[in-house]
Amino acid sequence: MVMLRYAVYRFFTMLLTLLVVSVLIFVIINLPPGDYLSNQIAELQASGQSAGVAKAEFLRKEYALDRPMWEQYLIWMGFWQGPHGFEGLLQGNYGWSFEFDRPVSEIVGDTLWLTVVVNLAAILFVYAVALPLGVLAAARSRTWIDYTSAFVGYLGLATPNFLLALILFYYGHRYFNLPIGGLMDPIYEGQPMSWDKLKSILVHLIVPTFVIGTSGASAMMQRLRANMLDELGKPYVETAIAKGMSPSRMLTKYPLRVAFNPFVADIGNLLPSMVSGSVLVSVVLGLQTIGPTLLTALKTQDQFLSAFILMFVALLTLIGTMISDILLVMLDPRIRYEGREA
Amino acid sequence: MTALLSVQDLSIGFGAGPSVVQNVSFEVEPGQTLALVGESGSGKTISCRAALRILPRTAQIRSGSITLNYSKGTADLIATSERQMRDIRGDRVSMIFQEPMRSLSPLHKIGNQVSEVLWLHHRTSEAEARKKVLTQFERVGFPDPERAYNSYPFELSGGMRQRAMIAMAMVSKPELLIADEPTTALDVTTQAQVLGLIKELQRETGMALILVTHDLGVVANMAEQVVVMHKGRVMESGPAGPILSAPAHPYTKQLFDAAPAIPEQDAVGLPMPSEDLILEMIDVSKTYTMRSSKAWKADKLIHACRGVDLKLARGKTLAIVGESGSGKTTAARIALGAELPDPGGQVLFRSSEEANPTTVNQMSRAERNAFQRKAQMVFQDPYSSLSPRMRIQDAMTEPLEIHKLGTVAEQKDKAAEMLTRVGLNADMLKRYPHAFSGGQRQRLSIARAMMLDPALIVCDEPTSALDVSVQEQILTLLEHLQDSLNLSYLFISHDLAVVARIADEVAVMRQGLVVEQAPPETLFYNPRHPYTKALIAAQPEPDINRPIDLKLVALGAGSPDSWEDAFRFSDSMIPSLIEMEPGHKVRCHV
Repeated sequence: MVMLRYAVYRFFTMLLTLLVVSVLIFVIINLPPGDYLSNQIAELQASGQSAGVAKAEFLRKEYALDRPMWEQYLIWMGFWQGPHGFEGLLQGNYGWSFEFDRPVSEIVGDTLWLTVVVNLAAILFVYAVALPLGVLAAARSRTWIDYTSAFVGYLGLATPNFLLALILFYYGHRYFNLPIGGLMDPIYEGQPMSWDKLKSILVHLIVPTFVIGTSGASAMMQRLRANMLDELGKPYVETAIAKGMSPSRMLTKYPLRVAFNPFVADIGNLLPSMVSGSVLVSVVLGLQTIGPTLLTALKTQDQFLSAFILMFVALLTLIGTMISDILLVMLDPRIRYEGREA
Repeated sequence: MTALLSVQDLSIGFGAGPSVVQNVSFEVEPGQTLALVGESGSGKTISCRAALRILPRTAQIRSGSITLNYSKGTADLIATSERQMRDIRGDRVSMIFQEPMRSLSPLHKIGNQVSEVLWLHHRTSEAEARKKVLTQFERVGFPDPERAYNSYPFELSGGMRQRAMIAMAMVSKPELLIADEPTTALDVTTQAQVLGLIKELQRETGMALILVTHDLGVVANMAEQVVVMHKGRVMESGPAGPILSAPAHPYTKQLFDAAPAIPEQDAVGLPMPSEDLILEMIDVSKTYTMRSSKAWKADKLIHACRGVDLKLARGKTLAIVGESGSGKTTAARIALGAELPDPGGQVLFRSSEEANPTTVNQMSRAERNAFQRKAQMVFQDPYSSLSPRMRIQDAMTEPLEIHKLGTVAEQKDKAAEMLTRVGLNADMLKRYPHAFSGGQRQRLSIARAMMLDPALIVCDEPTSALDVSVQEQILTLLEHLQDSLNLSYLFISHDLAVVARIADEVAVMRQGLVVEQAPPETLFYNPRHPYTKALIAAQPEPDINRPIDLKLVALGAGSPDSWEDAFRFSDSMIPSLIEMEPGHKVRCHV
């Protein structure tokens, strides 16, 4: 009951935050003087192509770019009537990309869920690697297991991701016949989902997951190890041993439970850092994720496209923090009962 | 009768260093209580932990044998397999640790942590274990076992947590219980109750008990056999009676001399003089509001201090005594201006007899500056009150730098002078705190407080983290400094025996109220208030013929509702302090 109330409360605060973020995003994108169309109009007028100017002027009206900024924002969000009635994010209309001359939804369509897939895979990888290795390194601290994992971890942290990507592609292709670049075989692009397509995506995911996840995994592993070592020195661990518990059972039931908190709290931070961190990797690996598109959109002041992508990343982040907050409350009674009367 | 546990010739060391436990031998018979007595570093804890093989990773058992003759045969606890060791731990031999606050996992319910013993050793079903644990909870004195079962440790007080630990150790009916300073972290009255409980459970189940403690009073109350340890060696061992009444070894004698005790009094003492007051607290109250978690419920008010009136004469010592949560520390913080009293209260400070009083609760910046030079504090924990990254010299000259007093050379000379005054060497100035023992660190804290030539020093439990013999030295030092420099002390303590020695007047606090106030001689000769009586009765005396009177403790240590009519108080109705005889005030209805 307490949990449910908290979850509902947390959900509403998330919506509120999202609203604030949307204002920020919109304002920041509009901060540089001019927009895509006014730049284009200036360019066309300079070269004397009046036909193009007319089209651009038309588009400016069509997308309400001639109105004051606060109105533009409200129309973009779908709170306010635009030239064609309520047609904003809330209504599922993501706007028009001037750079690609196509609706935003068409451009991002496939890349959206591919981004989610790649990053989820990377996060799963981070957790799957960091959890056992961190615990092991702490339980066997100052032995060769600890040193080796620390060494490999620092290597992973220190190697630039794109370099790692290139190396892995080369060796992966040479020895395991892994595909190079892309997230699926070109023949499946634009095809409806099928078993073969899924298989192709999975095989293509191996190297990107590894590349994007390594540094996160090694950082998290070291953090978990440090937390565990702190916990292992605490008296309640001694109590557990004195009870007659076996080391593995004791380790997982007590110190790991406590050391797990920061681990969970990281979920929220992991998402945005991976999305933004993977831009370069996506360019190098030719992944059809949202990163490269965002880069282009920001460079060309393609406002609707960049605003939409930023909103999407913000949403992922907020969902991530919401999940970690709710999990924390579930995991830690001290947070759950904070302020409760004794 | 064969011994249940027999430790022979045990030596333990760390790494390549010398052995910290050398050739230690002791035996416990079934049903018997053995006390391992010694100061910190004596090796008492490590030798009893060796019996369960719960040792730090770098420790190695170098020689000797530990044999357990229990219901399932004989086990060599040094050589036996880890698997068999796990079966013994928690089931046949269980252990209670010193810090109930930290010895339970904060994230698991008490019931879960206690039942676990039964799940592990007897594969008891969850429902069955629950039933047994609830019975055990009732046995160790939880008023509402169901509720305790579903509580998390942070929801319980220290005494209750230690009861939960005892329940955990007892639930599988062990043959031997090892209790490592089980009551050191508790208030005296709680300590008395917990000790009484352990004794009772022992009588019922017939288990043997090894009690590790530094407190000879506890030993006198509990033990049949005593082993006195010092620096890893056994100094003296044998039946408790002879050792406690006529210690043979000089070290045991030394321990006895240092053990503070409430002296027998045969007359009332002189009241504190009422002229030349250095500190005066007039009607000081402090109320904290605890925000309620639910918006529609009123916030809860916590009365940390209620109408506290105290006077400290120059060159004297005023002690405030009470258990944790009694408001004694809040009172001290208000006296130092670290916290503001509720409106209406006043704290007056006179730096000299002729000086105009400073109103501590309404100081200007300049006044505060001057006041802080004259009033200093010595803290409880000498380990955390000195920055580990500062040399002694820097820590000591820092107050002078803050107040811009003297040149660097003068500051250094002053620091050297203070070090000699507190019994340390001036050439220690370049060292870091880690190079000092607990007692030396407390001397450093005192020296640091003395750097600004204060007139008033607030001592917040300055000896409670120290060994008895060191405590003795620190108290002597404080007395000596007071005599030579005419210092005034506001002394906060939970230990009546310490207070008996150093105070000129004692104020006993309970739930923010001063319940009784008198010179120590009067207080111990003629205690009136049930809570004071309980505090005195709960004090374990190192005398086997003066056991703790648990009945008296129970009478006064409970909630004020359980007191006799004349002393009861509630939030709405508080009796006033009545002067019974000159200098002896008791809070009661007339």
